[in-house]
Amino acid sequence: MAEPLLQVDQVGKRFGGFVALDGINLAVAPGERLGLIGPNGSGKSTLVNCICGALHNESGSVRFDGQAIDGMAAHQRTILGLARSFQLPRPFHSLSVAENLHVPLLYAVRARFGSHLSAREINDHCIEYLRLVGLDAKAHKRPRDLTQVEMRKLELARAIAAEPKLLIADESMAGLSHSEVEDILKLLVRLNERGITIILIEHIMSAVMSFSQRLVVLVSGKKIADGDPAEVVRNPEVEKAYLG
Amino acid sequence: MRSWLFTLVCIAVGAITYAVMRGVHSEYLFVAGYVVLEFVVLATAWNILGGYCGYVNFGSAAFFALGAYTTIFFHKAYPLPIPLLIALSAVVSGIAGLGMGYLTLRLRGAFFSIATLALAVVLQTLVVNWDYVGGSRGAYVIRPQALSAFGLTIPYVEYLFLLMLALVVIAITTARLIERSRLGFGFATIRDDELAAEASGVPTLRLKLIATTLSGALMGMAGAPFPYYIGYLQPASAFGLEYAVNSIAMPMIGGTGSWIGPLVGALLLGTIQQVATVTISSAVNLLIVGLLLVAFVIIAPNGLVGFVTQRLRAREP
Ligand SMILES: Nc1ncnc2c1ncn2[C@@H]1O[C@H](COP(=O)(O)OP(=O)(O)OP(=O)(O)O)[C@@H](O)[C@H]1O
Ligand SMILES: [Mg+2]
Repeated sequence: MAEPLLQVDQVGKRFGGFVALDGINLAVAPGERLGLIGPNGSGKSTLVNCICGALHNESGSVRFDGQAIDGMAAHQRTILGLARSFQLPRPFHSLSVAENLHVPLLYAVRARFGSHLSAREINDHCIEYLRLVGLDAKAHKRPRDLTQVEMRKLELARAIAAEPKLLIADESMAGLSHSEVEDILKLLVRLNERGITIILIEHIMSAVMSFSQRLVVLVSGKKIADGDPAEVVRNPEVEKAYLG
Repeated sequence: MRSWLFTLVCIAVGAITYAVMRGVHSEYLFVAGYVVLEFVVLATAWNILGGYCGYVNFGSAAFFALGAYTTIFFHKAYPLPIPLLIALSAVVSGIAGLGMGYLTLRLRGAFFSIATLALAVVLQTLVVNWDYVGGSRGAYVIRPQALSAFGLTIPYVEYLFLLMLALVVIAITTARLIERSRLGFGFATIRDDELAAEASGVPTLRLKLIATTLSGALMGMAGAPFPYYIGYLQPASAFGLEYAVNSIAMPMIGGTGSWIGPLVGALLLGTIQQVATVTISSAVNLLIVGLLLVAFVIIAPNGLVGFVTQRLRAREP
């Protein structure tokens, strides 16, 4: 494998006495589509938080794009090209839908490329991303006027608008209809074809299976499987974890 | 509207206000007007941190007092013209704002507010025990009767009023500039959701420091001419409760969303308090503010400006 884009090494995280992550190792190659699954409370979101800097891991290290990012502030990681969507959407309520996307464009993308991005280009990019997720008609609405599903799309669009190298989508599809799941999957695949590496966290197995080139399974803060999706789901340990 | 045009309009409105007040030939009008304008600056300054970023500062009086005491210090050490003192006060209070920002960086909500209050108490204790600036006894500032410049002579209180008018223009144009800039966007994301802001690339800690510094500097500027206005400065008057309370209440009652809110709130509440001072007693001022604040929090939580825009929007088809 070429130098991984993301390398997670022995990452551990505790909440009080509770071990949420127990020595996680994970390498993600550039351009890869990785699925991350696990039962509720297995530590998937916690792992995302440690990778993106929302939480700080007590042990182990995280490398991204050739540099150690431990201790780096979350916004700096986003500027480097690491974007995530939140499992529970966290829109900026006082800004319009379009302005929600202006934030990463103004702060992450501009910081990455210097100030070359003009106000007009920012606007163009914003409209493009809204169109990608099908929210262009709601550009001037406030987040509170959106449905739950639209809110999830906004959450995903805002992460995409940071124009990341690695996009982590934390359960972007919960509650979506079958055709909407298909739409989002197509969108993610298209982004991946443009060169964006993607980690998809999802409970909808059909979506994970059709999307992922590789599948990682977390159970109780431990990685119990990592490999070809079809093989991983047949792994007895994984079956046991899911069937109880 | 372009920023330079907006600034020109502000200056024009200020000039007209001054011309009209001169026409009335009442010194009292300037004495009262000064206080109202002082509150406009304080309310606008408070709103940069409180309204835009959502961090409620209970310590406004400390920044105001720092400005006033910077003036006292230089009055004793090396007398300077008031505009220079205002600039120096901005630096001193700005640094204090930066310091407060650093000390409270990880505090949110009520914890942040309590910390600002504590810092104000600490600062007041320091000033009370600093004899050079008068300590608990206070300090006198001899103010000239009139100011002569360019062959014109105006009463000193008019000069102070004009200075405060200039500060109002500076404060309001600064606030409006922030609102329309990248900085303003960043502040709004801090108010809405800091975790999501960081995830979108917003350097929230740095932006908070910018806000505490700017807000503190403007409050200090409002305090700089105060010793000349009052003539005899005591810690109790510089650190007065009315500054902390009004600089919170005025933006809340006017509306915290934009620069107009604190302006409207301060003009309204400031004027009511000045009228109450002459007709009833200054003792009722804080009572009035408190009652109005309670009423607004219940009836119009988005302030007057929010209330009016909501009404207008509701009328649209
Ligand atoms: N901030 C926190 N403080 C304390 N405990 C936490 C915190 N965040 C997560 N946990 C706990 O850590 C464990 C892992 O949570 P996490 O959210 O990472 O799970 P998950 O795999 O994302 O689950 P889900 O599929 O429900 O999203 C859970 O038991 C959760 O209660
Ligand atoms: Mg989760």
